[in-house]
Amino acid sequence: MYDFLLFVHVLAAFLLGAGVVIYTSFVLGGPVVRPSRTVAEILWGVGGLGTLAFGVWLALNRPEYELWDGWIIAALVLWFLAMGSGTQVSRNVQPAGDSAVAIDRRVAFAHWMRIVYVVLLLVVMVWKPGA
Amino acid sequence: MSVLAVIRPDSWFFPLFLHIAGAMVVVGALTLASVSLIVSWRNGSAALIRQAYMTLFYFALPGYIVFRVGSEWIADKEGLADSNVTWIGIGYGVSDMGALLLIISLVIGGLSVRKMNRGQQPSPIAARIVTGLVSLVLIAYLVGVWAMTAKPT
Repeated sequence: MYDFLLFVHVLAAFLLGAGVVIYTSFVLGGPVVRPSRTVAEILWGVGGLGTLAFGVWLALNRPEYELWDGWIIAALVLWFLAMGSGTQVSRNVQPAGDSAVAIDRRVAFAHWMRIVYVVLLLVVMVWKPGA
Repeated sequence: MSVLAVIRPDSWFFPLFLHIAGAMVVVGALTLASVSLIVSWRNGSAALIRQAYMTLFYFALPGYIVFRVGSEWIADKEGLADSNVTWIGIGYGVSDMGALLLIISLVIGGLSVRKMNRGQQPSPIAARIVTGLVSLVLIAYLVGVWAMTAKPT
């Protein structure tokens, strides 16, 4: 059971990361077309829900972890921060055909902050400080 | 193995972080390149083809280098560099095959971008070939994610 949960949790994290990479291309001036944006949204959404749901399940599945462990609470806080920034970016980056979209500075900042939160989330998941 | 995976010495964390972060960037870049190229099949958009090739160059290639350096480093730390364990074999197989296909895709993409820079239309056949290669690498890397987490013996 642990191996399966770890696989789907990590797979969800990869989907989340893929969504971030696609949005990075948009923020850097790449063309925003409807299919690419839709795929990015699906990856971000499914990855976000998957990391949270399977992450909590993993914590409940392992006797050495508790949901109130410091590193798990830190991860949950970072997850909510990343989702908040992601929502702001999603609302403001809309398809515009082949031409590059002019991204508002505040939206770009929200995207870079989302990357910071996701990287910190990965740091916490790998290091598990205090575990 | 699962318990070993949970309890790791501190010195393993940074190489493991590099390995996973690099792999995430590669998977994201391959996904964007695949989607952009598939969409370009319908509308022949040169901008999308350029986006796909540039994504491979600026994201997938550096991501692959970071991922591979991390994998060699962590395998060395864990004493698995010369291991015959199945999941390590799958990992190296997928990684090596992915590198080869990524290099071929980058060469084809580079030639197409040069063509576009001269004001010519990119080859749709080249775009379809790269779509196939990149999609294959993407599927292989997802198998790699399974091997690295489920660790089949």
